[in-house]
Parts: sequence; structure tokens; C-alpha cells
Amino acid sequence: MTAVVSAKNLGLTFRTNDGDVVALSDVNLEVQPGEFVSFIGPSGCGKTTFLRVIADLEQPTSGTISVNGMTPEAARKSRSYGYVFQAPALFPWRTIEKNVALPLEIMGHSDAERKARIARTLELVNLTGFERKFPWQLSGGMQQRASIARALAFDADLLLMDEPFGALDEIVRDHLNSELLKLFAATKKTIAFVTHSIPEAVYLSTKIVVMSPRPGRVTDIIDSTLPAERPLEIRETPEFLEIAHRVREGLRAGHSYEQS
Amino acid sequence: MTAIRDSKVFAIFVLVLVLIVVWYVGAVLLNWGVVTDRFSRDGATHSLTDIVLTTLSYTRPVLPAPHQVAVDLWNTTLTLAPSNKRSLLYHAWITLSATLLGFVMGTVLGVVLALFIVLNQAASRSLMPWIIASQTVPILAVAPVIVVLTYNVLTGQNAVAQLLHLDADAAQLISKAVIATYLSFFPVVVGMVKGLRSPETIQLDLMRTYNATTTQTVWLLRWPTAVPFLFASMKVAVAASLVGAIVAELPTGAVSGLGARLLIGSYNGQMVQIWSVLLLSAILAGLLVLAVGIVERLVVARMGARPA
Amino acid sequence: MSRLERILAIAAALFAVLAIALPLGIRGDAVVMSWTGVLSVAWPVLVLLLLALFTLKLPPLVSGLLAVAGGAVVLFELAQFDSAGWGYWALLATAWLVAWLFAERLSARLASGAERRRWLGMLVPTMFGLAVLVAWEAGTRGGNVPNVLLPAPSVIWARIVANLPILAADFQQTFLKAVLAGYAIGNGVGLLVAIAIDRSPFLKRGLLPIGSFVSALPLVGIAPIMVMWFGFDWPSKAAVVVLMTFFPMLVNAVAGLNVTVAMERDLMRSYASSYWQTLFKLRLPAAAPFIFNALKINSTLALIGAIVAEFFGTPVVGMGFRISTAVGRMDIDLVWAEIAVSALAGSVFYGVVALIERAVTFWHPSIRGGTT
Repeated sequence: MTAVVSAKNLGLTFRTNDGDVVALSDVNLEVQPGEFVSFIGPSGCGKTTFLRVIADLEQPTSGTISVNGMTPEAARKSRSYGYVFQAPALFPWRTIEKNVALPLEIMGHSDAERKARIARTLELVNLTGFERKFPWQLSGGMQQRASIARALAFDADLLLMDEPFGALDEIVRDHLNSELLKLFAATKKTIAFVTHSIPEAVYLSTKIVVMSPRPGRVTDIIDSTLPAERPLEIRETPEFLEIAHRVREGLRAGHSYEQS
Repeated sequence: MTAIRDSKVFAIFVLVLVLIVVWYVGAVLLNWGVVTDRFSRDGATHSLTDIVLTTLSYTRPVLPAPHQVAVDLWNTTLTLAPSNKRSLLYHAWITLSATLLGFVMGTVLGVVLALFIVLNQAASRSLMPWIIASQTVPILAVAPVIVVLTYNVLTGQNAVAQLLHLDADAAQLISKAVIATYLSFFPVVVGMVKGLRSPETIQLDLMRTYNATTTQTVWLLRWPTAVPFLFASMKVAVAASLVGAIVAELPTGAVSGLGARLLIGSYNGQMVQIWSVLLLSAILAGLLVLAVGIVERLVVARMGARPA
Repeated sequence: MSRLERILAIAAALFAVLAIALPLGIRGDAVVMSWTGVLSVAWPVLVLLLLALFTLKLPPLVSGLLAVAGGAVVLFELAQFDSAGWGYWALLATAWLVAWLFAERLSARLASGAERRRWLGMLVPTMFGLAVLVAWEAGTRGGNVPNVLLPAPSVIWARIVANLPILAADFQQTFLKAVLAGYAIGNGVGLLVAIAIDRSPFLKRGLLPIGSFVSALPLVGIAPIMVMWFGFDWPSKAAVVVLMTFFPMLVNAVAGLNVTVAMERDLMRSYASSYWQTLFKLRLPAAAPFIFNALKINSTLALIGAIVAEFFGTPVVGMGFRISTAVGRMDIDLVWAEIAVSALAGSVFYGVVALIERAVTFWHPSIRGGTT
């Protein structure tokens, strides 16, 4: 089975007026089909940049990366991933169903096809009944669910999520996390998920990639031992806390490395 | 009661009333000299009320009283057929047609230039500084020259004139509309460049993840985001267009149009006529901005306030 | 290299071929070809053609030099014929396309961050301005456009040089007297009135919409009245300028005085700061970007007001007077010379205000180019 994402010695340096900034340095990583991979680290560690490289929104300056066995550009052009941003990025002049229809219009799906897909994806994110609402008539959590529906609408196997719940309060976030797990189980997609919350990363992932800044690099990769079935209470089990501890250790190690 | 007193309309209403009172006082004071001067020449003594009343109804005043202007405006618009050359409505229509033609051309030109600037780096760098510089040129001041030149080009012995075959009226209209275009394209370019660049980065990134074409990005994202900017700049543009059309009728040999009436009034020392032309152009400007505002409401309602 | 660049290069090369093949123009009865005579244009064009194709491999600045060379050939060839033929227009098109190619490539490099010398960004608009001037010169002289319609830039320049004393006198009358006096009074009074009405919410509610409405009116129309009231000399023009600049300043200053947020005002209140202290330490500095916005809008409006007012009566000097009389005599060269002076005056005036703005409101996001 080919890896969904495969990065070898990947590096990216931004050239700014104040000099060069190394956003990624020597990143080696494989994401297998069906994995839920979280990227965690402090701001500036390159986790979002790495996601953007996968999405062909940034170009690496060294090393190689393949997505579904293709270059990121070819993967983008064959529309092989859905991307969920930090903010919902819904178009305020379109209703929820029209927003979900946006990628389908661009990709040239037929009207009937669009209707079916909108109904299916809105049901997946529990938004049935809100088709005719405008984004600004919905709560922040519902808006982000609509944007997930939009990313799911065209059936890409890979879902890239960049701190999608970062702006929401913790209660809403818990709720959306458990819904996301259900969605992950139901759709069998591969998910790459950027976060700066340790419990969120441990709760969601089958694999956790710990990163550290200056230069952005991977300091630890942790395979989760938690079962696939995860009620919210699992976060109080010793097993969960053990993994969370290891993540925290990884983050601290990255930090002390920077200090030395 | 407090609700009324705190409302904007009430404040405007009161202030307009105050302005009218000030205007009356000003008319009495400014006309005092000429009136007393004339009265002293016929020798008879006049009471104070007599002098005051005469200052407000003098035929060749320094400052006409508001009701004189209103009566003149009434007589020159509503009592005459609009086709009558003495009717101000006839002249207003001449100016309005140049205004509207210029406004439409300016808006189209502005939108096209803005699209070009937003989509092409080289165009943005080459054109933007010059577009801004073009507005520091007091073009309105040289408008009459441009009008005369355009008129000559359109009616003279040259390829353009032979191609278009315009009669004098059409050439006059177009030459005035050129100035109105020049004045109205600028707010549209600036507003639309801002508007077409106003989508958030993540919205543009989103379109990129869909591998959307440039046309799709413009049509589905940039254009809808720019619509509010378009209307805001169109309101400025339509007022600028009217100013352009009026000034274009100043010393250019034009005999009809509000600007021409203004000039004729000034040559004949007809203060009342000048003021009623000014009042009418103010009303016209208000109506044009209002019309754009109504279209804006309709479009905005279609775009978001109502389920599609 | 983008697709557009490739299209431009190929189009430039095609036009270069046409420039060589087609007649450049007619001199007397003889047809001038690109290879005719000692001053043959064939060679430079051939070099242009080859370079246009190779320029994609060369550094952008070399293609810039190439564009300049193209412009020079265009101007130089003007002396070789009486009226231009298709070959000459193809030559002009080649030079234009090469210049565009240069702008395209330099912009792409600047945008991608590959080129870090920021001042090079100035080259693009400069090149565009020069290209327009060259095209204007070539179009009017090559196409034998009559001077009454549109004189060539060189003709206008010659007229400016020849008539400097007249232009200087007009400038003094219109700009140094009417514009500057009216501008100072109009803006000053506008700002003072804004500060005065700022304390009354009622006046703000009413005057702001009236002020914005009046700013949109054709206020220059007031000029004949002012000429009747204040006479033919510059005070009547200054009065028009005062009226035209007053309302934009009033509206902007009132808006600017209201941009401070509640937190900042609460802070001043916690210091028990007086009204005047709050005004000078918080509200006026916060309003500065708005006030400068009005000053910039008004710099152009003032010049327009003064010149237009001169159409309604003036002593025998002044820019507006000269323009209206020269139009009457069809002395279009002088009109354009006067336009050039007013354009220069307008741009410099605006530029000076903008420079002062940069110095005073350096902290504002629009100046330092950051976010709040």
C-alpha cells in the first residue's frame, strides 16, 4: 500500500525582509491510509506550514514530498484532498447548501449529483435542516461543521485540518471532537490534523507528531495505543494520561534543545 | 419625544431650518446696501419694514432670498413644458444625459482596469501610481479644453469622425461624457481594487485547494466580495460625474445644460437664476446618489438577506 | 517564465519582423524601408528581435535596457520620413511589448521575493510613464496629428521653455495667491468648526450628513457668485477654494475625532484629564490620518476651484484665464503647457502633503504597512 503522504528530508525556508526564516528542517514522515495523524507543537514549529506543503499552498525549498504517490501540485490538481482552515471561511453571500456546493460547482458536478452530495455530507456533520440558512445565522461550531461538510463534499480520501476547532470554546470543541471521531470511523478517510491542544491530539489520533520551533522539526512520533472506540471519558484513563505525558515530554525536549 | 430628538432626520431638519433662517438674515444684510442706495436716490423716506421687505424681493439682489430662488426654480421647471428651451428641466436633462453616459463608461472602465490590476502584477505596478497621480492633476479645471478637443476630433476632418458620423449634438454629448468618465472612473478603480483584493487569504487558499481557475475565483469569490465596495464607489462616482458634466459645459460654447445656464446667468448678473441652477444641481446630485443607494439595497438583499 | 511572458516575447518578435519587412514611411515620393539609407533601422530592429527572444534567459534589467533602446529607435526614426507607414507602427508595437515584457518579469521577481532591491519597484511605473510619452510623441508626429488636436510632448515642452515668464506669472497669481490662501483658510476653519461641533452630539448628527452631501455637490458652480461678491482679483478665487475645501475637512475631521475607542477615553478619564488635554493628547493625534486624508483631497480641489473660478472673470493673468483665452484663440500648445504646469503643481502639492503625512502619522498601519 502506498503512503498517503511521504516526506523525505523536507525543508522550507521563507525569505523575508528581515532575513531567512527556517519553517521546516529535515522532516521525515509517512502517513498511511486510514491514519488519523495529529501535528502538535508551539506556534512557529512549522505544523501548519507542513500541512500547507501537503496542500501545495507552500513550496518546499529542499527534500521531497509525495501525496498519494504524486507531487503535491498533481495531487491538488486531481483534487485529492479536502482542506479545513482555522476559520470556517464560508462565503457569507451563499447559503449553507450553496457553500457546500462551491467545490462541486468548480469541479463541474451535475445538479442532481450536487443535491445528493450536499444532502449526504450535511447529514454526516449533523446539519440537515440548515441548508437554507446563511453562515452568519449559525453558531461558530455549526459554521465549522459546515466547512467540514464542504471539505467532504467531493469525496477526497485525505482530509487536511488546520486547527479547525482552535477558535471555539472547550465545550463545543469536546462535542465536535467526538463527532469528528465518528465521522472518521464512518468515512475511513485519512486525516492530518494540526492542533496545539495536547488532550485534543491524544483523544483524536492514531499517530501524534510532536514538533518544535526554530528551526521547525519533528522531535517525536507517537503511535497511540488507545482503542478505536473512544468515549470522552477515555481522557481520564491512565493510558490516555500516559500518552499525554509522553507528548508533553516531547514538547519539553524540543524546548530545552532550543535553550541549549 | 426623546427618540425624535435623538434621531438623525430631526437633527438634519432643524439644521436645515437654521440654515434657511441664516440665509434670510444674510439676504437682508447683503442686500441692505443696494436697496438703501436705490431708495436714497429716489429721495422718498422708507420705513425699516419697507427696506427689509425690499431686500427680500429685490430683482437684482446680491444674495437672493430662499423663496425667490424657490419661486424661480418652480417657474422654470414645473410651469414650462420640459421640451421648452427656457425650462430648467430641459437643461437638466442635457446635463443628466452626459452625466449618466459618463458614469456608465467610467464605471465599466473602472471595473475593467481594477480587474486587470488585481489579476496582473505588472499592470498593478505600472498603472496604480499613475491612476493616483491622474487625480492630483486638476483635470476638472482643464475640462473645457478636453471638451473642445474631443468635439473637434469627433466632428473634424479625420478618420475617427468619418468612421463615427456623429451629428453635433451627439458629439457635444460624448465630449462632455468624456470628462464625466474621467472623474468617475477613479473612485471605481480604487474601490474595486480594494474590493477585489478583500477576500481573506484562507478564502483564496480554499479556491486554490479546489484547483479553481482564475475566472472561477473572480466570479465565485472576488466579485461577490467586491460588490459592497462597488456600490460605495459608485455613489461617489455618480456625484463626481455630475460635477464633471456641469463643469464641462462652462466656457465651451455650450448653450444648453446646467453649466451653460450658470455661465449665462453670471454674464447677465442674474443671481436668482444662478442660485436656482445650483439648487437644482444639488437636488439632482441627491437623487442620483439615492438611486444608486436603492439599487444597492436591492442587490444586497438578493445576495444575502433573503434565502436563495 | 509565465505563459504571458512567452506570448509577449513571441508577439514582440513578430512585430519586429513586420517592422523590418513593411515600409517605415514616406519621404517625399520615396518609400523608406527599414534598410534604406545610412541610418538603417534594420540592424537595431534585428538585434531587438533576437534579444526579445533571448531576453527570457537574460536578467530582467537587461530586458529593461532593451526596452529603453527600443524607445530610442522609435524616437530616432521619426526624423527619417514625412509620414509613417505600417512598418513604423510595428516598430512602436515591438518597443511597447518589450517594455511590457520587462515590467512583467520585474514584477514577477519582486512579487516572488526573488528580487530584494525594493527601489527597483519604482522602475516599473517609471518605464510605463516613459512608454506613454514615447507612444504619444511617435503617434502625434508619426501620424501627423494636427497641433490643434493634440500637440506632441516635445512641442509642449518647447512651448513651456519659450513662455516661462507668462507661466510663472500665472502660477503666482493662481497658485501662490488664490490656492494657498484659500486652502489655508478653508482647512483651518473646517478643522476648528469640527472641533467646535464635536462637543454637541446634536450638531454632529445633523451636520455630518449635510456636510457629506455638500461635499458631493458641484460646488465650483458657486464661482460666478463669488466673482460678483469679491471682485475679479484673487480674493474671489480664494473664496471659492475656501468653500470647496471646508466641507471635506469638516466631515473628515469630525469622523477622525470620533475614532478613539471607549477604552482609550476611559483611560484618559481615569487620569482625570481635562477636555483640552484629551483633545491634544488623544483625539487630535488619533484623528491625524483623517485630517491628512482631507488635506490630500483638498490639495487637488483647491487648484480646481481656483482655475475654474477664473473662467468667470479675472484680471489678465492666471492659469484659468490663460486656458480659457488660449482655447478661444485655438492656441492649443499654450493650453497644454498650462495643463502641464497645473498637473505638476497639483502633483507636487499632493506629494508635499503626503510627505508631511508620512512624517506625522508614521504610526498608522496604512503608513507602516502592518496590521493594527
